[in-house]
Amino acid sequence: MLVSLNWLKDYVDIDGITPEELAEKVTKSGIEVDSVEYVAEKSTNVVIGYVESCEKHPNADKLNLCQVDVGEEKLQIICGAPNVRQGQKVAVAKPGAVLPGNFKIKKAKLRGVESNGMICSLQELGFDEKHIPKEYAEGIYVFPEDTPVGESVASYLNSNDAILEFDLTPNRADCLNMLGVAYEVGALLDKPVSLPSEKVKTISEKASDYISIKVEDEKLNPYYGAFIIKDVEIKPSPLWMQNYLLAAGVRPINNVVDITNYVLMEYGQPLHAFDYDKLNSKEIVVRPAKQAEKIVTLDDVERTLTSENLVITNGKEPIALAGVMGGANTEVSSETKTILLEAAYFDSISIRKTVKATGLRSEASTRYEKGIDPNRVKHAGLRACHLLEAYAGGKVLEGVVEADVLDRSEKVVEMDTATINNRLGTDIASDEIAKILERLQFNFEQQGEHFKVFAPTRRGDITIFEDMLEEVARIFGYDNLPYTLPTGTAQAGGLTKRQHLRRAVKNYLEGVGLSETRTYSLTSESLINKLISPEIESLNPEPISLAMPMSEDHKFLRLSILPELLKTVSYNLARNQSNIAYYELGSIFITEEKELTKQPNEQLRLSGVLSGKWLEHLWQQENKKVDFYVVKGIVEGLFDHLELELSIQQAQLPDMHPGRTAGLLVDGESIGFIGQLHPALEKELDLKETYVFDINLEKVLEVHRYEPTYTAIPRYPSITRDIAFILDDQINAGDVQATIEEVGAPLVKQVHIFDLYKGENLPKGKKSVAYSLLYQDPERTLVDEEVEESYQKVIAAVNEKFKSYLRS
Amino acid sequence: MQEELKAIQEEALATLEQINDMKELQALKVAYLGKKGSLTQVLRGMGKLSPEERPVVGEIVNQVREAITKAIDEKSDLLEKAALEEKLKEESIDVTLPGRPVKVGGPHLLTKVIEEIEDLFIGMGYEVREGPEVETDYFNFEALNLPKNHPARDMQDSFYITNELLLRTHTSPVQARTMREYKGEKGFKMICPGKVYRRDTDDATHSHQFTQIEGLYVDKDVKMSDLKGVLNIFAKKMFGEDRNIRLRPSFFPFTEPSVEMDISCKVCHGEGCSVCKGTGWIEILGAGMVHPNVLEMGGYDPKVYSGFAFGMGPERIAMLKYGVSDIRQFYLNDNRFLKQFHQA
Ligand SMILES: [Zn+2]
Repeated sequence: MLVSLNWLKDYVDIDGITPEELAEKVTKSGIEVDSVEYVAEKSTNVVIGYVESCEKHPNADKLNLCQVDVGEEKLQIICGAPNVRQGQKVAVAKPGAVLPGNFKIKKAKLRGVESNGMICSLQELGFDEKHIPKEYAEGIYVFPEDTPVGESVASYLNSNDAILEFDLTPNRADCLNMLGVAYEVGALLDKPVSLPSEKVKTISEKASDYISIKVEDEKLNPYYGAFIIKDVEIKPSPLWMQNYLLAAGVRPINNVVDITNYVLMEYGQPLHAFDYDKLNSKEIVVRPAKQAEKIVTLDDVERTLTSENLVITNGKEPIALAGVMGGANTEVSSETKTILLEAAYFDSISIRKTVKATGLRSEASTRYEKGIDPNRVKHAGLRACHLLEAYAGGKVLEGVVEADVLDRSEKVVEMDTATINNRLGTDIASDEIAKILERLQFNFEQQGEHFKVFAPTRRGDITIFEDMLEEVARIFGYDNLPYTLPTGTAQAGGLTKRQHLRRAVKNYLEGVGLSETRTYSLTSESLINKLISPEIESLNPEPISLAMPMSEDHKFLRLSILPELLKTVSYNLARNQSNIAYYELGSIFITEEKELTKQPNEQLRLSGVLSGKWLEHLWQQENKKVDFYVVKGIVEGLFDHLELELSIQQAQLPDMHPGRTAGLLVDGESIGFIGQLHPALEKELDLKETYVFDINLEKVLEVHRYEPTYTAIPRYPSITRDIAFILDDQINAGDVQATIEEVGAPLVKQVHIFDLYKGENLPKGKKSVAYSLLYQDPERTLVDEEVEESYQKVIAAVNEKFKSYLRS
Repeated sequence: MQEELKAIQEEALATLEQINDMKELQALKVAYLGKKGSLTQVLRGMGKLSPEERPVVGEIVNQVREAITKAIDEKSDLLEKAALEEKLKEESIDVTLPGRPVKVGGPHLLTKVIEEIEDLFIGMGYEVREGPEVETDYFNFEALNLPKNHPARDMQDSFYITNELLLRTHTSPVQARTMREYKGEKGFKMICPGKVYRRDTDDATHSHQFTQIEGLYVDKDVKMSDLKGVLNIFAKKMFGEDRNIRLRPSFFPFTEPSVEMDISCKVCHGEGCSVCKGTGWIEILGAGMVHPNVLEMGGYDPKVYSGFAFGMGPERIAMLKYGVSDIRQFYLNDNRFLKQFHQA
């Protein structure tokens, strides 16, 4: 809503406050003022002049020599504007005038002829393009004939106006008109609001002899009022009205249309003027459109309607799309003599449907959609009649013809001082509350602390106590509320065990060198089925797609974090960021339903991706590349950290390297995988050698039971023995380790691999794997003989099972 | 014989002077003190002496031995020390070469901001709640006083999956869910961070996916001044003790009265500058007193209970606090961006 302050002054006294100060006050009271704009920059000594004569300059074709009457004197002025003519009223900058840009007007000689001033265009007076009527976009501005000579142009051009742009929240539709703004500003400044004149000198002819009204659905159209105005003369509207309309962003057309628009902006009540003589009937029937019924609207577009659209008809055919736009068949033209003025109340939902269906949105429909004041409908009609009398020579017929079941009652809200103060944390006196209600111009009855408020119908947003609480609070001033802290129920607060654990997982991963990422949950069709973990795949999940995606890239809810995470890796690779170690924690969305009828299962997963060098900038040794074992080490470390038993088994998965992939199992249940991407996928996604892990963290958090308890530090010494086995290449070192642990128990406490060797000195197809065994008994010191015995048992068992032998 | 001993001592000490390494020193020790050493030879000749002379000569032999031994030990110490010095000299390194790199990762900037806010409110007794990202129309809108056909639904264009299910447009549904869980029986404080989604085209200030933190306090006698007090603490802890807050009336369907909270501009402290577009204030979050309809739908009697709620955007807070100028940075995961915020 654009609010012209000159216009606003017609209703409320805002003298002594700058536009900026007013903007600040309005903003702080709940309506954000987005901008303060001035119609024109300041200029001085510019008056209205009358061009008495206009002849060609004797020495220049394109210049005119004008004699201009500016009141107390006559000036000879040379003017280059193509549209200057004898008999015009124009803006004259007298010698000594200062125009925007500090442009000083002086007496001068142009091609040998004296020029004492300048006839100005609106641009030269510093007007913004959008406040210049189209016909004066080029050349000088011409005032109406009756404009008095010698007066300063400022008040006639509205050039001293400032315009505030109100950014209204949906509840404040009451400020979509000047009167509403006046009530708001009046309340803030504690100033009364003076209402515009609705006085009409009606003639004795009766409107009811001209028209009758029938409304088929009173719910959709609870009020329809028709005024008849005869003998109108179509001409431009008065300058002040055109200026106000321009300031409000409405283009002036002619007096009748401008008056309906002016009242729309003033009262917030849409009005429509029909050319009565084009009606071809004496009745107005408001009804739903027939299926496929057609109307050509004022914009000359033929529109096909449905029964959802409400139309105004002449009893036979539509003459307007109710509340949205008039029909071309009854349009007011320069020949119009008699008009039928419609002032109606239409249901907002019905209008919204028509707007949606036709794509037509106008100043009128916007106000209907947001709700108008039922008590202003008829008044707006009267106001327009008043203006038509004054500025269109109209004669208003007696009476308004109406169909009326409109509820105009005010909402009653009860409140009391104690509850208000209790809710706000304030100590406002009842008298002060009464004062606030007076400032708001709300009717109320007060009995001591108790108030019965009759919320004015212009404020459709006020229906309950809390709405009034806000009104009291905002006029009292949010700045004046004290700062307090809650004193109610004490609650420990804090993170749940699950949230703690999640933070622990994150801290671990960051501690070992991974950076957290955040990618999009929505992915593309080409990626949605990629890298889904085997236990998810086994559920046969149906990808969930958006009903109306905005792009192909963000269409499906992810079934794995990895694809979008991999996109970030190629993004980085393209920017020379090749050493990547990322992880992300987030939900995937699982359903088996083809058509979603209930919320999907949102499973928390932990995914990671590593590529390039693991450690950078090493100068002592070769820069180590990420490999399978780096990733495995991170994952094993995590489960160690969580004190969870993890089993890792060779696996074959789609899109993964067939020889470098393993499944992750907890309690025999699959919970994810690790490994290298299939080189084909790496190529497809513009990646280099890339390793990933993907874990069902939901499950991990669920099975996590670790409660640390103290175990005595062993008092007896341990003994270490090493063994190196020569094994067939295809035997898994882990299987051998498992055998050692099994056979060596209970004396063998720990086994780890410390060397792997292939090549020279070994037969082809063989490898040497060296294990270190730690023997310990918490109760006593071990003797060499028993260690030796166990050691030999282990060797025998491994050699027997794996057909291996010792490396000498 | 005594002269002989004197000569041996002098000779030994003189030779010792010339010695510069351990090996020679060892050889010298053997040559004089060893089983076949000169001193031993002299001792062997003692048998020829008279019993009276023996103790006298023995005494002298001991003196000579002690003198030589002492000299050798001293020399040995000297040589060892020199050797050690030599060794240490060889062992010296270039301390300006870089240390062995340690791999350290870190949290995403948004996580950092979210956890900071979580911890701040945990300190004030709030619990941290979560909710589903695919929400029902009921919890996302209706339970928050946004019935179907409500004009304010235009304000948040949403990603629907079906007519009844959508990607949540805000974390506010968690309000409704938490109230139901507490069954209208007792007061509680909670915050709830999470991802939300809106039909916005991604650009420098919009993202179709972003995060929100919702806060809710429901209890008997919750006051609007409590909200102001809590938000003031939040603003000062989050942005600095020198920042002030300002509340402005606003509109949200799920709160009444509703407020918008601004903080004073860091650059101009309220005077007005280009950062705050001349207003002196920067918009941070929306809040308000829980709408009675929302309380009622959540199972709380609005005559007995009241509450406040607030909602903020970690992206916006991160942008203001750390000067990030493009919201897309949070989701591009540029390695260089992520690493800027890993430091403690
Ligand atoms: Zn500033």
